[in-house]
Amino acid sequence: MAKDEEDLTALRQRKTCLISENKQTLHTPLPEAQSNRLENEDDKQASNGTSCWTERSITPPGAQPPNTILVLLVLGLSFATRFYKLAEPPHICWDETHFGKMGSYYINRTFFFDVHPPLGKILIGLAGYMTGYDGTFPFVKPGDKYGHHNYWGMRGFCAALGSSLPVFAYFIVLELSHSNSAALIAAALLIFDTGSITISQYILLDPILMFFIMGAVLSMVKFNQQKSRPFCASWWLWLLLTGVNLSGAIGVKFVGLFVILLVGLNTAGDLWALLGDLQLTLVDVAKHLLARVTGLILLPLFLYVTVFAVHFAVLNKSGPGDGFFSSAFQSRLIGNNLHNASMPKYLAYGSTITVKNLRIAGGYLHSHWHLYPEGVGAKQQQVTAYLHKDYNNLWLVHKPDDGLDHPKTPELVRHGDIVRLEHKETTRNLHSHLQEAPMTRKHFQVTGYGINGSGDSNDLWRLEVCGGRRGDPVKVLRSKVRFLHVATGCVLYSSGKTLPKWGWEQVEVTCSPYLKETPNSQWNIEDHINPKLPNISLSVLKPHFLEILLESHIVMIRGNSGLKPKDSEINSRPWHWPINYQGLRFSGVNETEYRVYLLGNPVTWWLNLACLGLYAVMVAVASISLQRDVHLSQKRREHCWVLMRGGGQLVLGWLLHYAPFYTMGRILYYHHYFPAMLFSSMLTGLTLDTLLHSADLFLSPPRADWLLRLGQVALLFSVLYSFYIFHPLSYGMRGPLAHEPGSAMAGLKWMDSWEF
Amino acid sequence: MSKEPTSSILLQAGTMLGLSSLKFPPVVKTEINLVLVLVTVLGFWTRLRNLSYPRAVVFDEVYYGQFVSLYMKRVFFVDESGPPLGHMILAFGAYLGGFDGNFPWNRIGAEYPSSMSVWGLRLLPAVCGALCVPLAYLLQLELGSSHYAALGASLLILMENSLIVQSRFMLLESVLIFFQLLSFFSYWRFYNASNSCSRYLWLIVAASSCAGAVGVKYVGVFTYLLLLGIASVHTWQLIGQRAVSHLRVFVECGCRAVCLVVLPVLLYVFCFYVHLTVLRHSGPHDQLMSSAFQASLEGGLSRITRGQPLEVAYGSQVTLRSSSSQTIPCWLHSHKANYPIRYEDGRGSSHQQQVTCYPFKDVNNWWIIKDPGRQELVVNTPPRPVRHGDVIQLLHGMTSRFLNSHDVAAPMSPHAQEVSGYIDFNVSMVMQNLWRVDISNREAESEVWKTIVSDVRLVHVNTSAALKLSGGTLPEWGFGQLEVVADRVSRAHHSSLVWNVEEHRYGTSHEQKEREVELHSPTHIDVHPNISFLSKFIELQRKMLTVKQEESEHKYSSCPLEWISMTTNIVYWLHHSTNAQIHLIGNLVSWGMANLSLAAYQLLALWYLLRRRRAIRDIPEASWCQFQRVGVVCVGGWLVNFLPFFLMENTLFLYHYLPAYTFLLQLLPAVLEHAHTHLLSGKSQHRAGCVSAFAGLCSVYLCYKSFSPLTYGSPELSANQLQALRWQPSWDILYRRP
Repeated sequence: MAKDEEDLTALRQRKTCLISENKQTLHTPLPEAQSNRLENEDDKQASNGTSCWTERSITPPGAQPPNTILVLLVLGLSFATRFYKLAEPPHICWDETHFGKMGSYYINRTFFFDVHPPLGKILIGLAGYMTGYDGTFPFVKPGDKYGHHNYWGMRGFCAALGSSLPVFAYFIVLELSHSNSAALIAAALLIFDTGSITISQYILLDPILMFFIMGAVLSMVKFNQQKSRPFCASWWLWLLLTGVNLSGAIGVKFVGLFVILLVGLNTAGDLWALLGDLQLTLVDVAKHLLARVTGLILLPLFLYVTVFAVHFAVLNKSGPGDGFFSSAFQSRLIGNNLHNASMPKYLAYGSTITVKNLRIAGGYLHSHWHLYPEGVGAKQQQVTAYLHKDYNNLWLVHKPDDGLDHPKTPELVRHGDIVRLEHKETTRNLHSHLQEAPMTRKHFQVTGYGINGSGDSNDLWRLEVCGGRRGDPVKVLRSKVRFLHVATGCVLYSSGKTLPKWGWEQVEVTCSPYLKETPNSQWNIEDHINPKLPNISLSVLKPHFLEILLESHIVMIRGNSGLKPKDSEINSRPWHWPINYQGLRFSGVNETEYRVYLLGNPVTWWLNLACLGLYAVMVAVASISLQRDVHLSQKRREHCWVLMRGGGQLVLGWLLHYAPFYTMGRILYYHHYFPAMLFSSMLTGLTLDTLLHSADLFLSPPRADWLLRLGQVALLFSVLYSFYIFHPLSYGMRGPLAHEPGSAMAGLKWMDSWEF
Repeated sequence: MSKEPTSSILLQAGTMLGLSSLKFPPVVKTEINLVLVLVTVLGFWTRLRNLSYPRAVVFDEVYYGQFVSLYMKRVFFVDESGPPLGHMILAFGAYLGGFDGNFPWNRIGAEYPSSMSVWGLRLLPAVCGALCVPLAYLLQLELGSSHYAALGASLLILMENSLIVQSRFMLLESVLIFFQLLSFFSYWRFYNASNSCSRYLWLIVAASSCAGAVGVKYVGVFTYLLLLGIASVHTWQLIGQRAVSHLRVFVECGCRAVCLVVLPVLLYVFCFYVHLTVLRHSGPHDQLMSSAFQASLEGGLSRITRGQPLEVAYGSQVTLRSSSSQTIPCWLHSHKANYPIRYEDGRGSSHQQQVTCYPFKDVNNWWIIKDPGRQELVVNTPPRPVRHGDVIQLLHGMTSRFLNSHDVAAPMSPHAQEVSGYIDFNVSMVMQNLWRVDISNREAESEVWKTIVSDVRLVHVNTSAALKLSGGTLPEWGFGQLEVVADRVSRAHHSSLVWNVEEHRYGTSHEQKEREVELHSPTHIDVHPNISFLSKFIELQRKMLTVKQEESEHKYSSCPLEWISMTTNIVYWLHHSTNAQIHLIGNLVSWGMANLSLAAYQLLALWYLLRRRRAIRDIPEASWCQFQRVGVVCVGGWLVNFLPFFLMENTLFLYHYLPAYTFLLQLLPAVLEHAHTHLLSGKSQHRAGCVSAFAGLCSVYLCYKSFSPLTYGSPELSANQLQALRWQPSWDILYRRP
């Protein structure tokens, strides 16, 4: 009976899309054999097997349409929980100091550098601009009062995006499990999760990122549902929406790559199935392929590049991020000394110069009055690489033996010449000797030595233009040069390692005995001041858009991997996250302050963790019973398929958003788990619902039904109650800390590692 | 395998056995594949010939040699580069050769003394390397290739210069490769065998050699995982066979799980057991380990701590060692110097006596445990032990200051509280010197504080902050010692909060002067802290995985992409006066052909897959299965041994590629054979295929021959000849100016 209805509805739906009607009716007459084929979809039967699962997916027997009341309820509750006390605390919390500041930079059009792609900050800036924030608040450090500045607009924007997550989760789970109750469980877990609330309430990238991730997943499952009517309007709509969301996700943070991977794997599987469908001609398959390439690769790529184009077009004034970029890049920023600059074309003796390392995000050769500490090579003046513009980056070029009198017409420095570099501020010479370098033990130390031009033979460097010949002059900005130490034969090198506190956390400069040509050992002359030479305009330098794009990506990736955890600090590890081991302090430490603590609702998080295990067991049972061909009723088979297909996608999403963190060397934080947690919550909804609906495996029908209701009520109640007791984490705590008796959170510090 | 051996001559030999049995005479029939015997002999000849030349330390022998020496002297060490099985195999060879461990191992090229058996040191890796040749033959057969392909595979391995070089010295790669090949061979033998119980022997061999591979180098894990993957797919297919009964499936799955999961883990742990049993003397790496671990080694700490009282009592004199995971150990310390009144950043301090953590043994590391309710500083008879939860005071032995903490920001970590030796300056800074003992590894609530064994947190009673090693270093006024602070306990169970009593004795002297003398005198008393093997294993394994290797550049280091085209080489050894030298350079011809075969395989696989998806069957099902098998083992083996290096941060060398490359070499004959059977049609094409395969083999031989002076280090070549061998401009070949 159920079977017939299925086919009827399938036909009815098919009629709506005329384009593919013919093709579809061709392969409808297979209802009987379908169910058998499903289990062993190996190569032999895959050709037919896929087409039947296409049909199945549009007409699942237990399918429920979205319940409008439930959707409205979810929407209302999630907005209510996210917007409640949104404006509190009225001071900067945690990373708002970065992202709020970057939003202001967009409003002020000042160039800055950040390790994340720009879309999230552009949106924050836009939200601020639209709600009347003028970009004047300095965002110096967490805890600063906003005062009269209009910060709620930016927070509201993030909260609005964050509020849509439970709704998305509802639709995704509904689509994957065809069960309203599963969708409701998933949505409830997210609505009443203190962590999700907290992270949505502040000016952060995470709500924006998660919005796009969930948006992409939702459009993907909606798109999959349209399988039976390819190339009709809604099919295209969901395909393009998937693409838009993907570009949004990667445009906010590189973590968006994981959802791209998820969609990519899904699409590859989808195409593979289409290829195996012998009803389709190769031309059809090619059409499918092309459509997906357009929607999921070309469109996102175009949007992503557009975001960067906007970023560079908006930020046209020089700002704090200049030094991270190459000299050519800087010449396009208004206010930078290289903008519309003119300077002598060729390097000459007697000039004042700055020397920049060619490694991307390499610094300027720098020295200052401080000495190397005891035990670090010779106790001479430090020479480092420094990313910011500074007077201590200036060096004078001298001949090895020259006195103070310069000839009238300055002599040009040529390839192979031996020069002495004198630090302008301290008059010490760039010097190296056979002492080991501070961090890179196999290199030699570079110091500042001598005073007022006096020095020794270790101050001499042979200057070579890369790819140059003897006698070639050195072009400012455009020549790559190397400084070879005459006495030891090593080459001036910037390792990229950060010096400890004594070196002001600047970058180490060494003299490397390995003469391989790498950007680390190549430098260019950036500023060049010599009043005796005629200046030429340097506008030729302006780089192409693609060059800027490439460079900014390399700088971002470098910056990301440069965020290494410091040894002395206790940092968060990936295994901490699913067990909710330790949260993050968003605001306030002491008893008197308004404290907000980012921590997931422990009940839901631990439930999620348990459900991962439960899911593994259930899916193992389901797949083994299918593989062993155990006799199962139709309903049971449906459960198995929901678990394996729907659950499989969610598990894959969870894995893709979680497992890669184990291989990352950069510093990790608790909030990195939130995208994975979304998937985990959805999986919990699906798993628990299937479990409750399978209660009739062990119990007779009326009891099973009671158990189902009881389970749902108990689940909802425990989520609500745990939210009630933990809500101060999100909405602010005052008064004594949790381990003291008078606290509102007394007795709730279930793990010693929680800090509230 | 049902294939008829085609190229081999079969000998049937009847062997008489003199034992009693049912039939007389008992007859054993054996078939000997002469081709296999021949390649084995050749393998041994290429690997073992003139093995003790050069009589000098070659490349990484200088690294492994020191561990071999330590084994010979049974001195404990920690090597973070890999598990101990590889070192043990090398040491076993040295033991057989009668090496006594007395060699300095200080530089590459140092001559071995004539009394030393160089042959013994290098024998086992060479034998493993030689056995790879017949293993390649057998593996190829198990994968369903013909004897021709199998012969081709073994010849390619045989004439691979880089594998020869790597096998002939005291290095570990050949052992790793041997285990990897053996595990795959025996697994497929198991899979192909008929349904008899004896085939489980092969599975056990496969599992043991997986354990061996992991035990030699951590990268072996990936091979093991690949094998597990293949086995689980096969098991899944078995589950899907509906003709097999449920019980049978259950039993088979259980057996496979035990063999492939439980057994390797046990073997791996066992090799640590041997390691820890053999190495029982204390040595250079003691300080990395916990006090309890050190005390279990002979000499070193156990000599100091022998006879110490076990239970810490009121009046005990103790040194407190930080259990922080930092590599340098340190002890709670104080000395006659105060915190500066103002720090460089303008913050003020209490100006009380400094308390630090000091990385050397010193008389100022001694503290006395005092009962706050009593005055005396000696141990009563009977001693009153300190228990978990007790409140104590800690008195610094030499300066008699109490360990104190208060709400003053610590010098380097301003978020934490300062810890000081209390001095009363009469400035309304009250003494807050009570500390609660919190034993974190207690078994009972009223557990006694034990020497070495107990992990203790000292929680400040007034502020509930715990004594902590902050990780910062004090500037000059603090003599560069490590900073100690009191910090909130919330971040539970972090090792920097934990301290343990290392040296301990019961105080007997009532007067300060006597006490000072007592503190200066060496400790003498005795305990046997028993630490179980399992906790030693876990500690050692964790140390090995977490100790960071000093990132270093090396002249011959390379990046993984350079390996595919072999644009780098490594100079292993250069004669001190002549041009004779040994290089790690592969056989460029087979290198190139293997890369080609990889590309060809991938294209073919893609082609077949797409066509099969459209229900076009180009080749028969059996050939497709065989094609898949070859791909999974060869391409899969190559991938799992190659890709992980892209994620690794340590210094990489060309020899890291050799395991991956061995798998890739196996692919070439299989692809050729596949092309011969399925792609070439007609007699002339077949003939052309055979001729070109033969020509390829000849050129491999020629290449092997031309590089063999650089492989074996003899004969010495002239500068011109060396120049001519520089086939890649990026290779570094040395020659002396005449």
